[in-house]
Amino acid sequence: MTYGFMRVRHKMRSSSEIDTVSKRAAKASGFSWGVAEEIGKSIKSLELFGISGVENLNAYLKSLNKNKPEGPKQILKINEPLSKSFCPLYTGTALIDAAESVLKLKNVKFSSIDYPILILPFINRLSYKIGRVVIIKMDDYEIKLNLNQFMTANQEIQDTVLTKCKSLEIDILDIKNTFKKETWEQLYQLSTETFVEESERSKTSAAGAGLVDND
Amino acid sequence: MGYWETTGSIFIKILLINMINIKHREPDKVMTLSRLGSFHQSKLSFLRSFIREFKDWKFNQDLFDLDTNGYGTAVYSVTNNKRVYSLICYANELDSSERSDRVIATKWDAAFVLHDGTPSKQDIDRLKNNVPKQEVGRMSYKELTLSRANKSIRIFNHVVENLSAGNQPDINILNDVGYLYRTTAVYGSGKFGLADRYRIKDRPEINGPFRLEMMLVYLVRQFTFDQVNHIAKAKSPGTAVQLDKKIARSLGIGNSTGLGMAPFIVNHPALLHKWIFAREEALKQIRSIKTVSSDDLNIFRNCLKQSKYNIETWNTDSDYQNKKIKSLKSDLIKFETEFLKSININKEYLWNDLYRWIDVNLSEEGVEYIISMLMEPYEEIINPLVNNMSSEEDLYFDIPAHHTVADLIKSIQKNYKNVLGINFDKKESISNFWFISKNKEEPRVANRYEEEGSELEQPLAIARDIVSLHRRLLKSPSNQKISEFLILNDDLRHIVRRCHIVEKFPYAEIQDNTIGENLIPIDMLRFKLSFFGAQKFDPRSDKWLRICMYQGAPLMSDLKTSNDLWIYEGQA
Repeated sequence: MTYGFMRVRHKMRSSSEIDTVSKRAAKASGFSWGVAEEIGKSIKSLELFGISGVENLNAYLKSLNKNKPEGPKQILKINEPLSKSFCPLYTGTALIDAAESVLKLKNVKFSSIDYPILILPFINRLSYKIGRVVIIKMDDYEIKLNLNQFMTANQEIQDTVLTKCKSLEIDILDIKNTFKKETWEQLYQLSTETFVEESERSKTSAAGAGLVDND
Repeated sequence: MGYWETTGSIFIKILLINMINIKHREPDKVMTLSRLGSFHQSKLSFLRSFIREFKDWKFNQDLFDLDTNGYGTAVYSVTNNKRVYSLICYANELDSSERSDRVIATKWDAAFVLHDGTPSKQDIDRLKNNVPKQEVGRMSYKELTLSRANKSIRIFNHVVENLSAGNQPDINILNDVGYLYRTTAVYGSGKFGLADRYRIKDRPEINGPFRLEMMLVYLVRQFTFDQVNHIAKAKSPGTAVQLDKKIARSLGIGNSTGLGMAPFIVNHPALLHKWIFAREEALKQIRSIKTVSSDDLNIFRNCLKQSKYNIETWNTDSDYQNKKIKSLKSDLIKFETEFLKSININKEYLWNDLYRWIDVNLSEEGVEYIISMLMEPYEEIINPLVNNMSSEEDLYFDIPAHHTVADLIKSIQKNYKNVLGINFDKKESISNFWFISKNKEEPRVANRYEEEGSELEQPLAIARDIVSLHRRLLKSPSNQKISEFLILNDDLRHIVRRCHIVEKFPYAEIQDNTIGENLIPIDMLRFKLSFFGAQKFDPRSDKWLRICMYQGAPLMSDLKTSNDLWIYEGQA
């Protein structure tokens, strides 16, 4: 398992430079300014997680050769591209915009996506936006995204350039406890050791004392 | 003044603020280019808040290794018990044929970097190979801000000649220019490998915009005095005298500012709002003061008196600026004779009456100057506002795409009234375009019909794009979600984002045309420079200007006992 914390990397290119250069490169490759802004922020975020955003973006933009890639027209439970595959950047942008629908759908599948690592920061923002942990399965990779704060993967993705995945599945996890009921009880009992036993005098003079509450 | 006296005086002033219904000025009044281009420095300005914040820190010269010609390395530090910031200065020999203020220059008289902490010898050596190269050098996360500067040769030589002969320089000659050096750029926030702002933003001492840039410029000013004294002494050890402290105080640091600043205010809408809101909130609170004390009125009167003297030293060859200066001078005379002389201090809401009078009777130049002066007596109003003048643009980046087309139309019609009145079908409304120059990666503006490259236009024509968005929204189903609209209209995504930002932050947008034929780009520069605290605006064309910073500011040795009104009082 590999980790991606929001970590500081002591490289010679600042986050600000990565954001600006990625945005301009995306615009030069045919994306609109608004989408290019999304791309700049996303590549910056990937690099802060220690994942090769710049390498993936550069390879993807070169592969496009200034041709306009395909994004989803709307987000459905199962999404099939009209061409060979979806653009990770348009798809990521559409997912963020359709956050409410994605939350309702709970599970969304795309049959083919180019350079899928580029979609991760969008889905991480989606996770933050809807307040849910998200699991992404892209072919053999399984990646857990937690509210734009934390990423884990079942295999190395940090220095990886992945040109395509045949399927990408997004699972929105229900909010549930990660611990057993008994564990919680034990921890709660320990926490009560910070409380003080109330005296009789305190009980008779505290707020509301002496009144019938339904008066 | 002791704690109880301080809180007592704040308490009394708050009591005197009554709840009359004074509103903020409307964004479509404040956010026009001509009004923004009439702003002046104020108590909110960054170089003044820098001095207030750092006056109790220790300022020191740690290294001064210059040869007899003044070339070499110097280090200055600013410390308290927790933190050290160090300015490293590299002074170089520069042939007069190579001295240029253009951003495309590649060599300068001196180059500077603000280092986070105490630099090691390795740091100084590493930076020596990079800082003088500026844009083509590489800094690291340990460096915070970067700058370079050229001498005002006429003034610098005049001072050296006089000091070395045992005389003080001629104040009239110094006043013509106002500085020994002028910077040609000050960079921060991640440029050329410098530390990103997120690394340092939680430090309380820099909880104000451009604090570290202001620190760099302040320390550079001290270096210029130390260098000129050093050269004079080396030239004639037997006769040389030190530059008189009062004269040194009357000198600032010049700056040549080009179009690089203009896109900043368009690209940082939340920050723009915070700056303007602080000013408008200050004005609102001051107008709401029920009883003005005679002490506060006297502070205001003294600022006016000193201003009339200072404005006489604002020299420029620019007809545009001379008209503005003339208008300001006549406004101040009119204000003094027609309003201030007959003022009745016992009248309630005196400042509100004053504002209402100037708003009707004076030009934008005069109105904005007097608003700046109104803030001077009210530290208790201004200081809390200064602490809220930074912003994180990323927090407002996401588009609430679940809104409908009808919601967005309503929002645009409410927040962009001026802009919707501009006819962008007219050729003259879109005469200009903004672009990034290939040779220096700097913003530029050009005529769309005379120069090539408009297909690579930067997204800075906000008003035009708002009108386009509005038109397209009107043709879309009103219940369509913005997420669906954006799939069909992704070329307008950048402008949809701004519409949502301006809903939260009403002063986030320039409510004017930034590409029309009447555009005067220096209005955008002057607005930003006024928030820096610049004075002596001296436009050299409609696209760049010279200014002066820290003229009259206390020297490093006098900071602890300095008075915040130095900007009015300190000029020679």
